Amino acid sequence: MTEEIIIAGFGGQGVLSMGKILAYSGVMQNQEVSWMPSYGPEMRGGTANVTVIISDERISSPIIHEFDTAIILNQQSLDKFENTVKPGGLLLFDPNGITRPPQRKDINIYSIEGAEEAAKMGNPKTFNMIVMGAYIKIRPIVKMENVQKGLEKSLPERHHKLIPMNLDAIQVGMDKVVKFAVN
Amino acid sequence: MGELKLMKGNEVIAEAAIRYGADGYFGYPITPQSEIMETLMAQKPWETTGMVVLQAESEVASINMLYGGAACGKRVMTSSSSPGLSLMLEGVSYLAGAELPCLLVNVVRGGPGLGTIQPSQADYFQATKGGGHGDYQIIVLAPASVQEMNDFVGLGFDLAFKYRIPSLILSDGVIGQMMEKVEVSDYKPRWTDEEIQKISGSWATTGKTKNRERHIATSLDLQAEKMEEHNHKLQAKYREIEKNEVRYEEFQTDDAEYLLVAYGSSARICQKSVTLLRQKGIKVGLLRPITVWPFPSQRIAELANQVKGMLAVEMSAGQMVMDVKLAVNGKIPVSHFGRYGGVVHSPGEVVEAFEKQFLGGK
Repeated sequence: MTEEIIIAGFGGQGVLSMGKILAYSGVMQNQEVSWMPSYGPEMRGGTANVTVIISDERISSPIIHEFDTAIILNQQSLDKFENTVKPGGLLLFDPNGITRPPQRKDINIYSIEGAEEAAKMGNPKTFNMIVMGAYIKIRPIVKMENVQKGLEKSLPERHHKLIPMNLDAIQVGMDKVVKFAVN
Repeated sequence: MGELKLMKGNEVIAEAAIRYGADGYFGYPITPQSEIMETLMAQKPWETTGMVVLQAESEVASINMLYGGAACGKRVMTSSSSPGLSLMLEGVSYLAGAELPCLLVNVVRGGPGLGTIQPSQADYFQATKGGGHGDYQIIVLAPASVQEMNDFVGLGFDLAFKYRIPSLILSDGVIGQMMEKVEVSDYKPRWTDEEIQKISGSWATTGKTKNRERHIATSLDLQAEKMEEHNHKLQAKYREIEKNEVRYEEFQTDDAEYLLVAYGSSARICQKSVTLLRQKGIKVGLLRPITVWPFPSQRIAELANQVKGMLAVEMSAGQMVMDVKLAVNGKIPVSHFGRYGGVVHSPGEVVEAFEKQFLGGK
């Protein structure tokens, strides 16, 4: 099994940390992982993306230009990455702020109202875990027990009290993800 | 068996230095390697192992602090990225001339000039062909994974002290910024004064005792004949290193009819290109120099008897390709491909370049 993922959105949305938690979950189940951020002169509000590869085999190139999965969190990223999803692959996006929805018919498209659900939970910072939950629901590549271990490893100890809330957010994402039909 | 972590290449350099028992780090921040000093500062090793971590006022100051530390027989290091390394080169030449061991790290970014902060491999000439003035070499290790960023800190220091020479880890923005699984080394204590005396007592400035001459760490000798003699000694040492310390890795070369040659992150990309080309039935292999100085010239010369052509793939306008050509010595065609200036080539682009060069592709 090899899963090549791009996660792209605005800086500050938790794109890089979502990637890190996914990667750590892979480490926790003894898989090979790589996490390669775009590290331009970015700041909050700018675009941010990260490539995560989780595999049973040794990973060759951490730099790839087509993906099994694209997790898209803003319009610029959708414009940039929709065409990089391999045929038959997965595109997961949050429709919030999207004015030109995805068009491809040769890939599986799902949507998750991440921003809206995070607001309902009363904490906008749960956004990235809601989206990650939606992803894991569709592609159960990492087991929940390993996601929990991944959270423990990637969050500093002083933030461990936030883990239950993050797990709740993942559950919300799993419950709320829906298939998106291209017209 | 060390602890398993998920870390950035830059972070693991810092972690490995503390765990190896390094005595001092002196540096000045620059993207894309600032996490090295950030991690050291966050870890506060001066409270645990006693390692000194100092942000100097400039790169020039950092490299001269290394000179002082190294002259005392201490295990000292610095890190920077391309423009910062350029500033240090005078000091590197002095360290090489005075035969002082130390560890340098260059997380290369696009140039020339201030260039960009994105990954590049365009400092190959600077690293392997002197860079600074005079006839000198330094040992250059080229990591291709976060694990090797960990491993080469120890290896770099070990080789530096074995030969009394600066070692350089020639990394780039990809390896520095990416996170991978890494087995970090176990903690080793720093050398005691007695150990330093035992290991480097014949040359280090550890304090003159009655029964020996003063030790002077210098690269200066105004008598040309003496300087030539010193140069002979340096050259003999370099030949010795070329004989003993060449390191490389081969990937699917056994039945290869063509060869890609690539180091560092470009070698990782090329591994995927080899797989893609083999899916098309083309027998391609990869040779990855792990030491780019000393360069695996002999192995490349041997492979020139086996394959029909070689493609050197590097994120530069063509630097390592010169060493490949020297090794092949005209026997078979050698070409270069690479994106540069901060652009990283994809495995697919390498495949296209290969087909165009050797199979008459588009």
